[in-house]
Amino acid sequence: MTTSLADVATSNATLRTFLHGLPGVDRVGADQRAAMLGTRSIKTTAKAQAIDLAIGMVDLTTLEGADTPGKVRAMCAKALHPDPADPSVPRVAAVCVYPDLVAEAATALKGTGVKVASVATAFPSGRSSLDVKVADTGFAVAAGADEIDMVIDRGAFLAGDYVKVFEEIVAIKAACGAAHLKVILETGELSTYDNVRRASWLAMLAGGDFIKTSTGKVQPAATLPVTLIMLEAVRDFLAVSGRKVGVKPAGGIRTTKDAIKMLVLVNETVGEGWLSPDWFRLGASTLLNDLLMQRQKMATGRYAGPDYFTLD
Amino acid sequence: MFEYAPAPESRDVVDIRPSYGLFIDGEWVDSQGGDLHKTVNPASEEVLAEVAWATEADVDRAVSAARKAFGVWSALPGSERAKYLFRIARIIQERSRELAVLESLDNGKPIRESRDVDLPLVAAHFFYYAGWADKLEYAGYGAGPRPLGVAGQVIPWNFPLLMLAWKIAPALACGNTVVLKPAETTPLTALLFAEICAQADLPPGVVNIVTGAGQTGAALVDHPGVDKVAFTGSTEVGRRIARSVAGSGKKVTLELGGKAANIVFEDAALDQAVEGIVNGIFFNQGHVCCAGSRLLVQESIETELLDALKRRLGTLRLGDPLDKNTDIGAINSAAQLAKIRELSDLGEAEGAERWSPACSLPDKGFWFPPTIFTGVAQSHRIAREEVFGPVLSVLTFRTPAEAVEKANNTPFGLSAGVWTEKGARILWMASRLRAGVVWANTFNRFDPTSPFGGYKESGYGREGGRHGLEAYLDV
Repeated sequence: MTTSLADVATSNATLRTFLHGLPGVDRVGADQRAAMLGTRSIKTTAKAQAIDLAIGMVDLTTLEGADTPGKVRAMCAKALHPDPADPSVPRVAAVCVYPDLVAEAATALKGTGVKVASVATAFPSGRSSLDVKVADTGFAVAAGADEIDMVIDRGAFLAGDYVKVFEEIVAIKAACGAAHLKVILETGELSTYDNVRRASWLAMLAGGDFIKTSTGKVQPAATLPVTLIMLEAVRDFLAVSGRKVGVKPAGGIRTTKDAIKMLVLVNETVGEGWLSPDWFRLGASTLLNDLLMQRQKMATGRYAGPDYFTLD
Repeated sequence: MFEYAPAPESRDVVDIRPSYGLFIDGEWVDSQGGDLHKTVNPASEEVLAEVAWATEADVDRAVSAARKAFGVWSALPGSERAKYLFRIARIIQERSRELAVLESLDNGKPIRESRDVDLPLVAAHFFYYAGWADKLEYAGYGAGPRPLGVAGQVIPWNFPLLMLAWKIAPALACGNTVVLKPAETTPLTALLFAEICAQADLPPGVVNIVTGAGQTGAALVDHPGVDKVAFTGSTEVGRRIARSVAGSGKKVTLELGGKAANIVFEDAALDQAVEGIVNGIFFNQGHVCCAGSRLLVQESIETELLDALKRRLGTLRLGDPLDKNTDIGAINSAAQLAKIRELSDLGEAEGAERWSPACSLPDKGFWFPPTIFTGVAQSHRIAREEVFGPVLSVLTFRTPAEAVEKANNTPFGLSAGVWTEKGARILWMASRLRAGVVWANTFNRFDPTSPFGGYKESGYGREGGRHGLEAYLDV
């Protein structure tokens, strides 16, 4: 990052001037563009390629109060062998769990290349002190998390206290150490597309490695237009700062069609450079089985019943 | 690399006959002495069908049939006429895939556009004017407004079925009967529409379709039995029509050429402005009379905007119009391609800088890559003449006043676009731009409720909306 960009975060006044100076987003136009890209028809070889790409980008997620070590172990097994009958199916990118289950996942996935991601910072609301959030992050990292999915303080953002949001991200990034930091904007609570663009820039300026749409606990979550705006943000940020940031839509992506629309969005907005699990992830739980079902349909020409895909 | 596999829409949904006669008085008839001419798929030069070019005698027969039907049709209560129009609208929706495929085959436009833009608008126009048929008393033209009689309608090749809908729907709603001549390069959807009229049990003679070229059109426009002339096409032909009907008492509406300014201010929503520029000039290969063919960009963001625009053009997909992922289809005819080439070469010769993204053109058919000219001045011919192709001229301005001055400095006045996040500036600009349509933060958006038409050499009269009724009523 250049010095000049870092300087914008010195006060609320400078941050506001910078963030509000970004080009606006016209909601009607953004919705139209996303809808048009949603009409792309991805068939045959392109569909097969997209399905494998999408499987490899999945952050297989369980974020329930009822999560147990057994549930997490089962999900890790699924992450390693999405389709036990077909070893050619790629592994998912990561599993995503609560901090107290990171150790369980890290043990199950040790040496496999599948990453362990953990939500942190008083997920999903983010309503706690910075000390608690830093400790939450440190706990997950110490337990073996490769990636931290933090939430921003939406209340501070909406109140215009951009410095608070910025400094929290900086502090969490420091607590991450070598772990990658994904910054969840919770776009459903930010509400306007202008806010989504500003929050994206704020997160990138503060050092986030990824920007992520949603916790999955708030609707709407990962819509196409919101993902489009975040992709435009990482594209423009790279041009200005020279630093490349990844994007993770999460929440509400349930079908192969949804996933392929996301890949089309990436392909036609930021291009191939982002079409890899290093730079684009899909936060989802039920999506994986639909991808597997479509994959098998491509190979055999027939749909198998839901009982032919494992529920873990 | 994520390559999209071919995703062609099936041609099997449409049945093209080897040859077509004329649709007169509810029947298919052979032309009296007219030759058959081939209509081709501009994307492959494949012959699709042979179509008769109607003679003066054919036109006379069609006008007589329309005259005879006028008595019956105009005497029907508006609510009865509405039933026919609603029925036609529903059949269009039911057969929309067939119509869209045929439109793309004959015209060269991408199936995505014929499917998602043309056909929904065609149906919407019939639904909209069906709604007016029994409410004409309340349209603001006094009690019991009367139809004009027989309407002679001549339409262009860029939106064959949509232009047909713009002409036929209001004419029938008001109680007129019509003789319509589609363009010689794109007659097929109008002929399929004739079938739909028969399917809807429309009384014979209410809609007559005569195919042919300029001579057929002239015979129709000049026919003494025609009470109303409606034309969409070039300013050159429009001028000829205005001359030929002068003093005849015929009511005329002309929708002609354009050279619209798409004005982007430095505070515009940039990503959406780029989309709007692309949609403004590359929609339908730029074969749009209201195309945003002159980009006026505030000089302070010229570099940034052009970089973004060029990056975006790199993602446009040119090729088979029937492929569902195609953004840019074929140029409609060899003649039009020659004209686009000529004006583009001229632009280069005049000193403007020409740029196109890397894209390979198919070997067969008529193709032209999306093209941008930068460093264009008002004095260049590419900034003044209508190219009617995928060619954008980029000019700059410094202040809102200069933007208005440059935008209005054209013999045309059909449309304009304004891109800014400031509401007050939109209104300030819109009240000063001499153009029939001013789009704010969007471009090339159409709706049957909205009147459309031009200032100056872009023609006169309005189509669409309540205003569009006036052209077909004796008021």
